[in-house]
Amino acid sequence: MTTAAIGPIRRWQRYVHRHGGVRIAGLLALPMTWLMLLYVVPLVMLFITAFWTTDSFTGSLVRSFTLENFQRIFTDPAYVTVALRTLGVAVAVTVICLLLAVPVAFFMARIASVRWQPVMIALMLTPLWASYLVKVYAWRVMFSPEGGVLVSTFGTSPGFGWIAVVVVLTYLWLPYMILPVYVGMQNIPQSLLDASSDLGASSSRTFRSVLLPLVFPSIVAGSIFTFSLSLGDYITVQLVGGKAQMLGNVVYQSFSTDLPFAAAVASMTVVIMIGYLTAVRRTGALENL
Amino acid sequence: MRFNKWMKMGAGLTVAGLALAGCSSDSGSSEASPAAPSASAFAGPVGEGEGKLSVLAWPGYAEDGSTDPAVDWVTPFEKQTGCQVDVKTFGTSNEAFDLFKKGGYDVISASGDASLRLVYGDLVQPVNTDLVPNYADIFPGLKDKQWNTVDGVNYGIPHGRGANLLLYNKKSQPTEPTSWKDMWEADSPLKGKVSPYDDAIYIADAAVYLMATQPDLGITNPYSLDKTQFDAAIALLEQQKPLVGEYWADYAKQANGLATGSIVQGQGWQLTANTANADGDKVGATKPSEGATGWSDTWMVAKNTPNINCSYEWLNYIVSPEVNAEIAEYFGEAPANEKSCDLTENKDHCDVFHAQTEDYWTNVYYWTTPTEQCLDGRTDTTCVPYKDWVSAWTSLRSS
Repeated sequence: MTTAAIGPIRRWQRYVHRHGGVRIAGLLALPMTWLMLLYVVPLVMLFITAFWTTDSFTGSLVRSFTLENFQRIFTDPAYVTVALRTLGVAVAVTVICLLLAVPVAFFMARIASVRWQPVMIALMLTPLWASYLVKVYAWRVMFSPEGGVLVSTFGTSPGFGWIAVVVVLTYLWLPYMILPVYVGMQNIPQSLLDASSDLGASSSRTFRSVLLPLVFPSIVAGSIFTFSLSLGDYITVQLVGGKAQMLGNVVYQSFSTDLPFAAAVASMTVVIMIGYLTAVRRTGALENL
Repeated sequence: MRFNKWMKMGAGLTVAGLALAGCSSDSGSSEASPAAPSASAFAGPVGEGEGKLSVLAWPGYAEDGSTDPAVDWVTPFEKQTGCQVDVKTFGTSNEAFDLFKKGGYDVISASGDASLRLVYGDLVQPVNTDLVPNYADIFPGLKDKQWNTVDGVNYGIPHGRGANLLLYNKKSQPTEPTSWKDMWEADSPLKGKVSPYDDAIYIADAAVYLMATQPDLGITNPYSLDKTQFDAAIALLEQQKPLVGEYWADYAKQANGLATGSIVQGQGWQLTANTANADGDKVGATKPSEGATGWSDTWMVAKNTPNINCSYEWLNYIVSPEVNAEIAEYFGEAPANEKSCDLTENKDHCDVFHAQTEDYWTNVYYWTTPTEQCLDGRTDTTCVPYKDWVSAWTSLRSS
């Protein structure tokens, strides 16, 4: 059979088979285009916009390089404070989610009977069934200082403010922490735990020295969700935060009149997130996921 | 080595981004001069419609039955004039300005904090009021104002107005308050119980209070503040912060707070009080002795509209007695047309919203865009422009 006799499809297949680069390109062309157009390019443009300014009267963009926006962020103590507060909320939510998720996930993965596991997973995921806004509005009713559910049930409520923000965000993002930790716990072979106790380790020792190091990558994965979702949130704080503000609210307030400034503020969350991911990468957790 | 590769990739991306950003420079005219552009109005006569019209409006101003089939004044207009109407709504004056700037709209309902920017941004054309027969019936108190007229040239047709009132919970405050003082003063008994408007334009409310309490500052127009006056207003807002329970941007949420009593006093709309009182008389609304801020909206026409005849038909239709009454009642504000008062379904509408009592409006300061050139006529100083209002407000809210 000569080459001329085979069909174009066959020829294409043969070509692709011989040229690995083309194969990879074909595989990645679509996702890479998606990634570039919808994630990378907008981020780069956001960063560039942060160095522009606006006309003080018409509010239209002026495309000339200036550091004014970043100067404003770092010289006005209000913005530094709001950035630190936002970071504090994200850290608090992540830590509380962690403290709640590890025991729950442990119980689900290692203690509960196989029959109950799917039921418990379904229960854990119930917060994801309802719309975000409905849930936050429900929490608003809970926390309301006058006639709220907490007041009428327990006689007291912390009212709207940072406590409410942290509680609601923890409620919202908890499933995102439980799920990866649960999967991580389930993947640990029982033999390792048995070996640990055979060698005389107490159960708390086994938990600390065997279980935790093995699920650490999953915990990190969960924390990326809870941390980044809390960092960018601005609606919860509007509804249950009273007069509190987070970085997202600053962006929301200024994007229509002063887009470059909003872009500069938004870059700050990007920078915080890059810092967090870098720190996570250093622990080596991402390699072991 | 690996790091190097990443660096190269990053540089490549940056270049790509820059190239894209360079391509999208459509909003061009960045250096608008503060002088009003000299364009001439449509000379008329208003002829046959062009068959279509694109309307940019506040929600509730141009209802075509899509929100509620019973609420529809766009369809009759289409039948009457043959102009097919395409309505786009917006949530804030800033959004309106951004949308209109991008083009494609023929008419817009602009509040005072957007209208001047539209005029100076050279986005709208003067309006020949002679071609709008219903203009004759507009309340004189709404005509030839700073936010719709520049250098004696009319840029639009007034649509309706309302005042930002002092709303209060009747259970906590059985006697009607006559002053804003409990919302501002440090010794107020309402710590954590006050609800101001969550927008930069609220700085003007502080200025209104300062006009009455600190006459030495010499504020005559709350939208025209020099640096000293502006700083005093910001200081007052800082003083208010401990009193604030929540800043509001959603009137239904505020109505709920006022009705339950978690908010005792707030600045807000008559519509908010009406909403809160849907089940019982819980919330009162009053305009305190110091006066108040307010809004007055204007229909304006895009500078280069291809549908000039339909635009003028719309201006005349939308402020006609019947339609203006319908809108004013639906939205909850005072109509602009005098004759509308006889046509509202609720015969008390104009009384509730003080449409006919001109005295009521003398100390209502309608939203206006603050500009560097002082609006009160001072030429020996410059005033704080709107952009700085926004950044001061953002900073205040963040601290």
